[in-house]
Amino acid sequence: PRPPLLCRKLSGLYFIEDRKEWSDLEPVPQDDGPNPVVKIAYSEKFTDVFDYFRALLKNDEKSERAFTLTAEAIELNAANYTVWHYRRVLLQALEKDLRQEMRYITAIIEEQPKNYQVWHHRRMVVEWLSDPSEELEFIADILSQDAKNYHAWQHRQWVIQEYKLWDSELEFVERLLEEDVRNNSAWNQRHFVISHTTGYSDPAILDREVQYCLCQIRKAPHNESVWNYLKGILQDRGLSSHPGLLERVLELKETQCSPYLLAFLVDSYEDALETNNTRATLNQAQEVCALLAQVKDTIRREYWLFLGRSLESKYGPTAAPQSDAASSDAADQQELS
Amino acid sequence: QGTQIKDVVIKDDAPNALILDKHADYIAAYGSKKDDYEYTVSEYLRMSGIYWGLTVMDLMSQLPRMNCEEITEFIKSCQHECGGISASIGHDPHLLYTLSAVQILSLYDNVQALDVDKVVEYIKALQQEDGSFAGDKWGEIDTRFSFCAVATLALLGKLDAIDVDKAVEFVLSCMNFDGGFGCRPGSESHAGQIYCCTGFLSLTGQLHRLNADLLGWWLCERQLPSGGLNGRPEKLPDVCYSWWVLASLKIIGRIHWIDKAKLRAFILACQDEETGGFADRPGDMVSPCGTAVRPSRVSRCCDLQLQRNVNQSPANSGRRHNFKQPPQLSRKFEQSVASSLTDVDQLPSALLRVYVQAILAFM
Repeated sequence: PRPPLLCRKLSGLYFIEDRKEWSDLEPVPQDDGPNPVVKIAYSEKFTDVFDYFRALLKNDEKSERAFTLTAEAIELNAANYTVWHYRRVLLQALEKDLRQEMRYITAIIEEQPKNYQVWHHRRMVVEWLSDPSEELEFIADILSQDAKNYHAWQHRQWVIQEYKLWDSELEFVERLLEEDVRNNSAWNQRHFVISHTTGYSDPAILDREVQYCLCQIRKAPHNESVWNYLKGILQDRGLSSHPGLLERVLELKETQCSPYLLAFLVDSYEDALETNNTRATLNQAQEVCALLAQVKDTIRREYWLFLGRSLESKYGPTAAPQSDAASSDAADQQELS
Repeated sequence: QGTQIKDVVIKDDAPNALILDKHADYIAAYGSKKDDYEYTVSEYLRMSGIYWGLTVMDLMSQLPRMNCEEITEFIKSCQHECGGISASIGHDPHLLYTLSAVQILSLYDNVQALDVDKVVEYIKALQQEDGSFAGDKWGEIDTRFSFCAVATLALLGKLDAIDVDKAVEFVLSCMNFDGGFGCRPGSESHAGQIYCCTGFLSLTGQLHRLNADLLGWWLCERQLPSGGLNGRPEKLPDVCYSWWVLASLKIIGRIHWIDKAKLRAFILACQDEETGGFADRPGDMVSPCGTAVRPSRVSRCCDLQLQRNVNQSPANSGRRHNFKQPPQLSRKFEQSVASSLTDVDQLPSALLRVYVQAILAFM
């Protein structure tokens, strides 16, 4: 039973039934089907708002009060996609001020930045307005609170691509990497920007990126992202193809070693073996695999043992003619019991 | 700097055995508790919630405890004219809940309860020119929806209803330099998206288009010293990634690249011995609905929980289900009440709750 009206007024807990402008509408209670699957007990305000929301939907009412109610429903549950749908329908039907809607969605996202619906809604409004001018700054603000917010990055990529806002993005990425060199999202964005602008085929650009990576590695050697990125930009041409890189990595191995460095080393040796299969190189690769399996990255022992076997079978004395299939190591098909 | 690693530490007194009965009771009682605010606010994904619950019960051989007839009737009343299915009655149809509905009915071997042709029509209409799929009429594109589309159609035996080649092309265009996949071309590789894409490629017979060694390595790199798995580099482990990562590894035949014993220990340590259910990582609080209350955790994995496998055989004890709600819903409850009080932004949320309860008790 509801607290009496006076008490509600004192505490400020207004319910919709108390509001005169709603007196014509009959709220529609929650209906989970002919026989409710489970018994339900609701919190008062939630029940209130959503019962009225359902009534509006049922009548397909397109009014100001309906619009106001969507905001209340969103406040209670911003993940409810039906409410967002309805709000968009009302935005169009009532020809609402979309600039105001931008301010609204900005506030909502600031409160709840990890929710699909709010970002999708913002995208729709930006599209309707054909105005991305606030986006980069807004997203930067959200990222300043959580630099890895997946939704924020997706939205940023969409805005940049759709409206061709590439110019300052590399600078933005660098700024974020200065703040946290282990921000994988920023490394991904770096790849995104460069591949869509200059590309990596210019040797000067590629070398610039390699040097940038080496610099970051020196600062923070234990960083999965930078090594993934380095491998990613070189793998098409071949890891061992970049002049002087192997030597630099071997230098780093002495003072700033990490499992990632060692993994990169194995990949480099493997790439070298492709064009120049020598026992010496194969031994070097095997040594590193063994080091990883036994000492440096034991949690991934199975992978390093696989890699060692794979190298042996591909480049060792008893190597079969190369096939172009992915690894055929029978052990790969082993299942965990 | 140095060897700083983002990870958690498992305490000595953490649970180390699977408390199956607790989890079964927890699911069976879900929604019937007095204070089930979380049940209420999760209405927008009810269909998926039911699917997860039923799957867990089925895994524990307790499916008969749930009411098949009522659930079937509920699902039927969620199918809209366009053929699509909504999360609950009065909600709009969406691919996510269309999949969950078909999965539930597949569990019960009764997909005919739906108008199957209309479901197929609905899915077909969501495919875009570039092969991608929108989630619903509002046009959000995501590889999650590619997965939902083919998984649903595969269960219905109607995969040929869509342009599979184009769909494959789009998914492959989302493959990144690290071998992983994101939600759209260029998006950061993420374990949840990878699960959707490997599942998609498996269902469409295109696994050979992957670099299984490269992707397998990226996936096994998700395992941290604690044994737990994260969803992308330099993030904390979260028990939901046990599913996304392991299922992906299983699909590409590299599941043994994860240290099984360490992962198992991590998962068991996430259990709540009192209420049943799992927290996202050991040491986090489990709310009445198994939600981790930590405000800083990544809630996206909750939304990714909306993706479900197509009857994958149970991998191992690494598989886990719970009802994870975005933690901001708990905060939102506080805020909604707070909106009718003044200066509440200054009050810490715990104090606010006490304040509100005191008011209600006084009346």
